[in-house]
Amino acid sequence: MTHRTTAAPGAAITWHHLDADDHDHDHGGGATVLGFWIYLMSDALIFASLFAMFGVVSTSYAGGPVPRQIFDLPLVALNTALLLASSITFGQAMPHMEAGRIGPTRLWLAVTGVLGAAFVGVELYEFSHLIAEGAGPQRSAFLSAFFTLVGTHGAHVTVGLIWVVTMLVQIGQHGLTGEIRRRVVCLSMFWHFLDIIWIGVFNFVYLYGVIR
Amino acid sequence: MTETTLKTIFGRLGWESFPIHEPILFGTFVVVALLGLAIVGAVTWFRLWGYLWKEWFTSVDHKKIGIMYVILGIIMLLRGFADALMMRAQQAIAFGANEGYLPAHHYDQIFTAHGTIMIFFVAIPLVVGLINFVMPLQIGARDVAFPFLNNLSFWLTAAGAVLTMTSLFIGEFARTGWLSYAPLAGLAYSPDTGVDYYLWSLQIAGVGTTLSAINMVATIIKMRAPGMTMMKLPVFCWTALCSNVLAIAIFPALTVAFFLLMLDRYVGTNFFTNELGGAPMMYWNMVWIWGHPEVYVLVLPAFGIYSEITSTFAGKRLFGYTSMVYATVVITILSYLVWLHHFFTMGAGPAVNSFFGIATMVISIPTGAKVFNWLFTMYRGDIRFELPMMWVVAFMLTFVVGGMTGVLLAIPPADFVLHNSLFLVAHFHNTIIGGVVFGLFAAMVYWFPKAFGFKLDPFWGKVAFWGWVVGYWVAWTPIYVVGLMGTTRRVHHFDDPSIQPYFVVAAIGALIILVGILGFVMSIVMGFVKREELRDTTGDPWDGRTLEWSTSSPPPAYNFAFLPVVHDLDAWYDMKARGYQRPAGEFRPIHMPRNTGTGVILAGLSLALGFGMVWYMWWLAALSFIGLLAVAVGHTFNFKRDTFIPAAEVAATENARQPLAVGA
Repeated sequence: MTHRTTAAPGAAITWHHLDADDHDHDHGGGATVLGFWIYLMSDALIFASLFAMFGVVSTSYAGGPVPRQIFDLPLVALNTALLLASSITFGQAMPHMEAGRIGPTRLWLAVTGVLGAAFVGVELYEFSHLIAEGAGPQRSAFLSAFFTLVGTHGAHVTVGLIWVVTMLVQIGQHGLTGEIRRRVVCLSMFWHFLDIIWIGVFNFVYLYGVIR
Repeated sequence: MTETTLKTIFGRLGWESFPIHEPILFGTFVVVALLGLAIVGAVTWFRLWGYLWKEWFTSVDHKKIGIMYVILGIIMLLRGFADALMMRAQQAIAFGANEGYLPAHHYDQIFTAHGTIMIFFVAIPLVVGLINFVMPLQIGARDVAFPFLNNLSFWLTAAGAVLTMTSLFIGEFARTGWLSYAPLAGLAYSPDTGVDYYLWSLQIAGVGTTLSAINMVATIIKMRAPGMTMMKLPVFCWTALCSNVLAIAIFPALTVAFFLLMLDRYVGTNFFTNELGGAPMMYWNMVWIWGHPEVYVLVLPAFGIYSEITSTFAGKRLFGYTSMVYATVVITILSYLVWLHHFFTMGAGPAVNSFFGIATMVISIPTGAKVFNWLFTMYRGDIRFELPMMWVVAFMLTFVVGGMTGVLLAIPPADFVLHNSLFLVAHFHNTIIGGVVFGLFAAMVYWFPKAFGFKLDPFWGKVAFWGWVVGYWVAWTPIYVVGLMGTTRRVHHFDDPSIQPYFVVAAIGALIILVGILGFVMSIVMGFVKREELRDTTGDPWDGRTLEWSTSSPPPAYNFAFLPVVHDLDAWYDMKARGYQRPAGEFRPIHMPRNTGTGVILAGLSLALGFGMVWYMWWLAALSFIGLLAVAVGHTFNFKRDTFIPAAEVAATENARQPLAVGA
């Protein structure tokens, strides 16, 4: 709103917002999405710090295993495919949600959740395998940073899974109300954000680790 | 019961964890326990639990949350200051054959707790509390963007404070300095509970601070009154915006540093150890990437406070508003680029040290611009030297010295000599007391009548002022001197008797500050006693210029019956000058968020989680963690989060309000 203050003193000046106060109604309508964006930025800085830590100690093998020996690239490729596919399926859910179609929205969300769960499962398998080989997080600073960076991402995906299940239930209970839609929009931002982080992990940790 | 059963239930907690053998701690415990019992008894006797729970603890009203933050900050200030007095007493007597009255083991906990508490549980809650109370009123909003999150943020901060205080009586606190540097803070050198208390307290409180910062930024961006463009935003809100943006940018680094140190201590990883490739200096880097900007997170809102007060009491529009905004933004950015000056001695090399040294010095340029803006605002103003203005003048005289010693320390060769010396300690106390603390006192005096409807007692307010200002200089000038001569910090006993007089003077200074603190408490007590005499009937006791003064004191729950429309930077001054009329009649129901106890429950579970982890009570930690998840998810199933204040109630409240003196 741009009010010019050209009116002479005494002339009628609007001092108060007298219409039905829609301005204040949506306690955080647009603010929720903005606030969630800001949260994602701070979460991005969490990952930035973890990447920085990893970068500093990424060759501190302390006589232990090096990336080439322990990283199983086909498995990681499978995992990457699972996560990227889950972003596509989430993208499929969104137009259905916009159109108010409850069934397909829930279906695509459920598919997304299954792919995400498979991702977490493969990651847990990879971790347990490494630990069994004696390449656990205590072995060297490199492995400490590897497990923490990848594990933090995996923990985020797990939170995302809990959120997906919650939304499936809530869509069932309430349908696609404004509030529910806003939550799904935030969840989708969260999910794609984790995808972007994973692309960083895949390139910087796995690929770069194996070629050097 | 067998040994293992006991261990499963109590972890490493045992009878020896309670300091019954240490007379000082035991005495403190008795006093705290008696006081606590007295307060609980009084609240029960007067049947206040229901009132406190319904009206305060579960409140999502930004004004009440702000007030609770400030109360938390003041209580923790008393604890942090008690630590300061103990340190000053120890250093004043521990020379030569005299070992002082504190064992080194205890002394180390005290200086760690002092620094930790003063920054995390005094300065942050006071700053966040003031922003919480004032900012929505200044931008003409009815609440913040996320009212429940606001309540949760407060209780998480309070849970962190409670966990820190618990360490006083169960186990012990860290002995590693206020930032718990690795590798000293690793399990190898600090195997007891101290560092764990430290880490869990600050992680829990840190989550609260981050959430609060996100909330404040979203509020300022999304909820300003119609007509309030960014360049009509009051300066305090600008500084609050920059401060909170900065907090969002830095707290993740601290969270990660603490998280990795936790993994080192609990899982046995090797991030910051001396073995197996650990990189302890990464801890220093990450902690200071948080740490240096953090002082700006605290001082920027203080600069905003000084700006508001100077403008009000000089009766003039702030000189150079635009340059003030740009200076704030520039400081925000630069503060992110200077962290390495905390460890020039790390050995990063001349190129790196020069960059960080110069970046540090450059910060003094926008800061200097601010000082000149305040001076020019006062120039030819009709200055009223009331208490808030007195604090501003004391700030300018004190802070400039701290700024200059800061530029001195920014020169790497000088820093090699002064690193870890008491000169450095004097410098940062000079900026934090002279910059942040004076500003907080100015703000509390200035906005107290808005919050409670009466002014603080002016006589005791002056006692507080003179006690703090004189006490500050008496306490810290000698520390500057011995620091320049080479005395290092965190020392429990000195051999050289020639420097004892300096420490005696410093101890006297601390006692003068004590007078200031007691004076402030008295100004609240006597203000309450004389509240009828000091009552603010206009809503505008200082002839203010911004929107918070356009509503009654204290403001109604909904702040404004009708949202104001803003035409000018000093919106309320503009309203008064151009014959503003209170709108009559036709009130409408007002949409407000509903109170909830979920914040208290989540914070309580976080506290239990922290306590369980500190003492290796894995069952407690696991149960609390599951509880946290369940309550957090469960809360999302509650869709009844708001309520309407009926028009009739609004009308009744409005008609009972004091008739505004101006423009009516």
